[in-house]
Amino acid sequence: MIYVVIAFLWVSICLYVITGGADFGAGIIELFSKKSYRNQTKKIMSKSIAPIWEANHMWLIIAVVILFVGFPTIYTTVSTYLHIPLVLMLIGIIARGTAFTFRNYDAVEDNWQKLYAQIFFYSSLLTPFFLGIIAAATISGSIDTEAKDFLSLYIFSWLNPFGVCVGFFTVSLCAYLASLFSLHEARFSDALPIMKKKARETAIYVVVTGILVFVSAHYSDIPLLKWIFSKALGIIAITLATISLLFTNEAIKKGHFLLVRIYGGFQIIMILVAATYQHNPNIILFANGGHLSLFDESAAPKTIEALGWALLLGSIFILPFLFYLLMSFGNQSRKDPE
Amino acid sequence: MDDFLAARSQMAMSLGFHIIFSCVGMVMPFLMAFSHYKYLTTKDEVYKGLTKAWSKGVAILFATGAVSGTMLSFELGLLWPKFMEHAGPIFGMPFSLEGTAFFIEAIAIGFFLYGWEKFNKWFHWFCGVVVGVSGLASGILVVAANAWMNSPAGFDYIDGKYLNIDPIKAMFNEAWFPQAFHMTVAAFAATGFAVAGIHALMILKKRNVNFHTKAFRISAGFAIIGALLAPISGDVAAKSVAVRQPIKLAAMEAHFETEKGASFVIGGVPDEENEQIKYAIKVPKVLSFLAWGDFDAEVKGLKDFPKDHWPPVAVVHYAFQIMIFFGSVMMLIGLIYLIATFWKKEWLTKNWYLKMFVAAIPFGYIALEAGWTVTEVGRQPWIIYGIMKTIDAVTPMPGIQYSFYFFTLIFISLSLIIIFLLLRQLKMVPKLYDPTDPNYNPKNKK
Repeated sequence: MIYVVIAFLWVSICLYVITGGADFGAGIIELFSKKSYRNQTKKIMSKSIAPIWEANHMWLIIAVVILFVGFPTIYTTVSTYLHIPLVLMLIGIIARGTAFTFRNYDAVEDNWQKLYAQIFFYSSLLTPFFLGIIAAATISGSIDTEAKDFLSLYIFSWLNPFGVCVGFFTVSLCAYLASLFSLHEARFSDALPIMKKKARETAIYVVVTGILVFVSAHYSDIPLLKWIFSKALGIIAITLATISLLFTNEAIKKGHFLLVRIYGGFQIIMILVAATYQHNPNIILFANGGHLSLFDESAAPKTIEALGWALLLGSIFILPFLFYLLMSFGNQSRKDPE
Repeated sequence: MDDFLAARSQMAMSLGFHIIFSCVGMVMPFLMAFSHYKYLTTKDEVYKGLTKAWSKGVAILFATGAVSGTMLSFELGLLWPKFMEHAGPIFGMPFSLEGTAFFIEAIAIGFFLYGWEKFNKWFHWFCGVVVGVSGLASGILVVAANAWMNSPAGFDYIDGKYLNIDPIKAMFNEAWFPQAFHMTVAAFAATGFAVAGIHALMILKKRNVNFHTKAFRISAGFAIIGALLAPISGDVAAKSVAVRQPIKLAAMEAHFETEKGASFVIGGVPDEENEQIKYAIKVPKVLSFLAWGDFDAEVKGLKDFPKDHWPPVAVVHYAFQIMIFFGSVMMLIGLIYLIATFWKKEWLTKNWYLKMFVAAIPFGYIALEAGWTVTEVGRQPWIIYGIMKTIDAVTPMPGIQYSFYFFTLIFISLSLIIIFLLLRQLKMVPKLYDPTDPNYNPKNKK
């Protein structure tokens, strides 16, 4: 059962990065759109995320619940030493979620809309940035539980060049995903060339920030290259991701936008595979060389058993529903291009 | 402000706000679905407009409830890591099921809001019902988790270790039913009264009277059912507290001396130092009856417990009194409503009748917050009753007061924006939602 639970944890994180990431990306893309076509971008973006954004957000909650029920030590370690970035990410989540809702359901359209939009943009930027920082902090061995002073305990555990670069990388990934996903929505609109351009631009950002991640890892003595390329699966994952990048380009040219969505999701999964497989089952590395492993830190067997069943049962209810939701609104936009 | 106090205040504030958002989110979908049902069976377009108007409220409040709930799931670890380390695996079961319920709710909301004229009408209606049912289920599950803190079960506590964990037993702890029942009923009463009051106000102002009368009837109906069931569920809750947490019961009533045939205390000023209550009205033997169903039963007093295990008596006592007061007023309004509906139809058109509902807008929420104060403050100094003290659970990170100030600011601004948004929805009723109004033209928006 522990494998079921870990699988669910991994899948929830993946889906959060993909669907939630596309959500965040939508805000980022809109922020960096020229005023002249911002409105168009907004329409496309909100059409592609509005019906499902509440659901996208749920994957994070599922992951958090799995952590605190199944792996309490890992959850409490993260929440203690990464308190500050977690709070900053939370603020981003709150601001973004509410601003998005207010923007969509406010009965009147006036200057308030501008305020919601600003909040929505900047929190879309902030949240994935700190999500990246948090992820980087867990695996880069920067958490030092033996430190004595406030700065080393609660600040330098996450605020370092590598973390910041991973933060930027995450932001670029989100923007890239959103631009890929939106192509399908934009296929009948005049904005299509703009969105295609966005997809190319964001792909470049992903590559540039990706290189930055490796450079910063090198200077921070984090053997990232070795981690990723020392195991066959890591090499395969990265290779597949690169190849699918080429396929994506091809699919964009040919206008197979649903395929583009699939490739986009696939690339993220491959990146996550490469990033997480090396340390599996250890998900937190400490400065002193110690680590917390998913297997050693799991809760009592009965809890894992119950959690696993709850997750399986839940997915029987959720997945068909969710699938139907995605299908219905996917078809909808085909019938009704406006 | 020290870190411990700051952590407690931040948690109290987050819960205090979340409770309001989530109660509205739990109950409004039912109002919405009811009105939707009326539309489908009567074909009266006003009900359709009303359903849409309410569904916007549901969307706004669901989103705030969802983010404040997400925040709480992080805050449990951010503020109380030692508690979560031990409690997570034991009381996590309801949370994992709640995740499912909440997920279904989010999906159903997507279907409902974007599904007008796109699906089979009864499927669409059913989605609205699913929003309500899953919202209710997640509320009940979360309360079950809280109940575990009051009535720890499903593990053996031996030498500071938590052994033989049984998450199912933990979920169905002794307090879950009384607490969940009372909470659900209270949520219906509070939300029902708040919504009914707002529409009553609009009727008084003579705006879209037909529309608001329909809205008023539905919401008042729900409110009254809640208000009349609340005392019953409260009695169940009180009896359960008497058995499990006699010290909480004693604090609720500022009952210092153990006695047989204990009197029910109304009002008064508890004096913890001298261990007595002043200026109170005492109704003989009633406390014994309420707690144990026997006028001569013995009720333990605070003096029977070590003083360092006492919760803050005054806070718990006042909160309990406030809850009882507003609960009784709402029950009274419920009775007046019944009399008006069945025997004195002429009351229904009277201004005083509508004004009464306007005045009652905040009552349910005041009672709800007071009730939660009783539950939570009454559990102190324990975070897991009798097992772990709250002070031993707090995070080692310093500077929590800044986080408290910051989140206070966030919650206050969120609440203000929501009130502002709901007022705007209300203002737009003639244009967007009431098809009988001459200004009606929903196409103007967007």
